[in-house]
Amino acid sequence: MDLKGRRRRVLPGFGITMGFTLTYLSLMVLIPLAGLFIMSSRLSWTDFFSRAVLDPRVLAAYRLSFGAAFIAATINALFGFVVAWVLVRYRFRGKRIVDALVDLPFALPTAVSGITLTTLYASTGWVGGLLAPLGIPVAYTPAGIVVALILIGLPFAVRTVQPALEDMDVELEEAATSLGAGRLQVLSRVILPAILPSILSGFTLAFARGIGEFGSVYFIAGNMPMKTEIAPLLIIIKLEQYDSLGAAAIGVVMLVVSFSMIFIINMLQFWSRRYQ
Amino acid sequence: MQKKLIGAILAVVLFGFGGMSFAETIELLNVSYDPTRELYREFNDEFVKYWKEKTGQAVIVRQSHGGSGKQARAVIDGLEADVVTLALAGDVDAISERGLLPADWQKRLPGNSSPYTSTLALLVRKGNPKNIKSWGDLTRVGVQVITPNPKTSGVARWNYLAIWGYVLRRELGKDYVARLKNPQDPAVIAAQDKARAFITKVFKNVPVLDSGARDATNTFVQRRIGDVLINWENEILLSSNELASAGVEIVIPEVSILAEPTVAVVDKNVDRKGTRSVAQAYLEYLYSPVGQDIAGRNYYRPTSREAAAKYSKQFPKIELFTIDDVFGGWPEATRVHFADGGEFDRIYIP
Repeated sequence: MDLKGRRRRVLPGFGITMGFTLTYLSLMVLIPLAGLFIMSSRLSWTDFFSRAVLDPRVLAAYRLSFGAAFIAATINALFGFVVAWVLVRYRFRGKRIVDALVDLPFALPTAVSGITLTTLYASTGWVGGLLAPLGIPVAYTPAGIVVALILIGLPFAVRTVQPALEDMDVELEEAATSLGAGRLQVLSRVILPAILPSILSGFTLAFARGIGEFGSVYFIAGNMPMKTEIAPLLIIIKLEQYDSLGAAAIGVVMLVVSFSMIFIINMLQFWSRRYQ
Repeated sequence: MQKKLIGAILAVVLFGFGGMSFAETIELLNVSYDPTRELYREFNDEFVKYWKEKTGQAVIVRQSHGGSGKQARAVIDGLEADVVTLALAGDVDAISERGLLPADWQKRLPGNSSPYTSTLALLVRKGNPKNIKSWGDLTRVGVQVITPNPKTSGVARWNYLAIWGYVLRRELGKDYVARLKNPQDPAVIAAQDKARAFITKVFKNVPVLDSGARDATNTFVQRRIGDVLINWENEILLSSNELASAGVEIVIPEVSILAEPTVAVVDKNVDRKGTRSVAQAYLEYLYSPVGQDIAGRNYYRPTSREAAAKYSKQFPKIELFTIDDVFGGWPEATRVHFADGGEFDRIYIP
C-alpha cells in the first residue's frame, strides 16, 4: 500500500475512529436493543404471539400508533415543504424569529406541548370550542393524536428540506421557465425531483419520532382501550402491572415494524436519487 | 421544585453540622402515593420532634409521592425506601413478591397495617344538574363519568371495586357478605353477572381514561369534562373549599368500600441502612394519638376510637364493606378483575 496515496484526514486513524464509532453505537444503541430482544426471548413463541401480536387490544394500538404517525408525517412532509420554501426563498421582517419558532417543538418538553394542545383543543378550549359545534371533536379522539404528532414532527420535516432548497439554484427554475415550462411543470419536473430525497428523509424522521412519541400524545389521546390507546401507553400499562416480558414483546414488535418501514423508505430514497 | 431545593440545602446544612457537633443524623425515605402530601408534611414535623425528645437523635424524613403502582415499581427497581405508605395492599404485595419484605407484612401492624382508612366520594357540577346521588346513577344515559384507568391507578381500583360491591349489595340484600361465601349459589352467580353488566355500562360512560387520580381531577375540574368524578374522600374533603369555588359539589354514596391504604417497613432496605428501629417507630407513631389526630385533620378516617369520635362529624355515616369481605382480598381481586384478560379487560372487547 502506498502511504502517500492516502488522503489526509482531520481525525487520526481510521482504526481508532471506527473503533470508537462501534463502541459508542454498541453502548448507546445496540446493547439496550439487544437487551430488549433477550428479555422478550424468555417468552415462548405462542406466548409472544398471543400477547404482542394477536391480542385485539394490542393490534388496535399498533394500528393507531403507526396510522397516526403516518398521517402526521405525510401532512408534515407537505406543509413542512411550504414552510421551508418560505424560509429559504423569501426575505421578510422577523424571518429569524419564524426560523427559530420551527425548532421550538424540539425544545419544549413533550408533556408541556401535550397539555397545551389538550387545553386548546378540548371542547372547552379556544380551538376545540369552535370545532365542537361543527361536530369535529379533536381532543380525546385519534384526530387529537395526529395534531400532537404534527407538532412534534414539524421540525424534522422543515429542517431536512431547508438545506436542499438552499443548495438549489434559482437559475434552474429560471432556465426552465425560459424554456417554456409552466409553474406546475417547474414544480413537478425541476424542484420536486431535486428535493424529493430530503422530503423523504424528513418524512421518515417525523414518522419514526411519531411512532414512539408518548409524552404529548398521552395527554390529548383520552387513552380509551381499542380507540385512542397508543402502543407506547400499552407498554407502560404492562410495566405498571409488573409484566415486563409483555412490555418487551410489544417493544420488539414496534421495533421490527418501524425498522422495516424505515428501511423501505430509505430504499425508495436511494432509488429516487439514482434515477434523478 | 423550590421547596425540594430548599429541603436539599437544608438537608446538606443539617447533615454537615450534625456530623460536626451532634450525634449522627438519620435519614428516612417514605415512599407514598399522591394525596398524602399534606398528611405527611404535618406528620413528619411531629415525628422529628418526638424522636429527638425520645432518643436525642436528629431525623430527616424525605418524602416521595406519585401514583401508587408507579411508586411500588420504583421501590422494586431500587429506590431505597425505608417505609412505604401506599394506596393499596396489592402494591405492597408486589414489593414483597420481589423479596424486599416478608409475605406476612400486613400482620405486623394493627388493623391490617392500615393506620387510617378512607373511602370514595363523588364530585358533581354545581347544583347537581344530572341529579347524581349514588353509584346507581352512573349508568344512566348521558351521564359522563371520570375515573382513571384501574390498570395504572390505585384509586381507580377502589372505584371499580366499590361499584361492583354496590351492585352485589343491592342484589343480595343485607346479608350479602355471608351469601358471597358460597360462590356457587345461583343467586350469587346472578348478582355477579349483574355487577359485570353494570360496570360495563359505567365504563361505556367514561369518555377519558386518565392514568392517575391527579390527571382525572384535572380533566374534570380544569377541562370541565364529565358530569361526575370519583376520587378519594380525603382528597375531595381536603380541597372542598377550592372545589366549591371551582363550581363543583360533593356527593358521598350511602354504600361504599372501605379503602385501607397500607404502610410497611421495607426490611431489606432498613437492614442495609441500619434504620430499622426509627422506621418501625415512625410507622407506630401513626397509630399514636398524635398521628391519629393528624390523619383526622387531613380527612383520613382515623382507626383509633378516640380520634374517630373526635372527627366523626366531618365524615358522613355510610355503610362500608371491605375488600376481604366481598372480593376475598387483594391478590384474588387483582387476579379476577385487573390482570391481563381479567374482568376489566373484557369490558373493552367488543
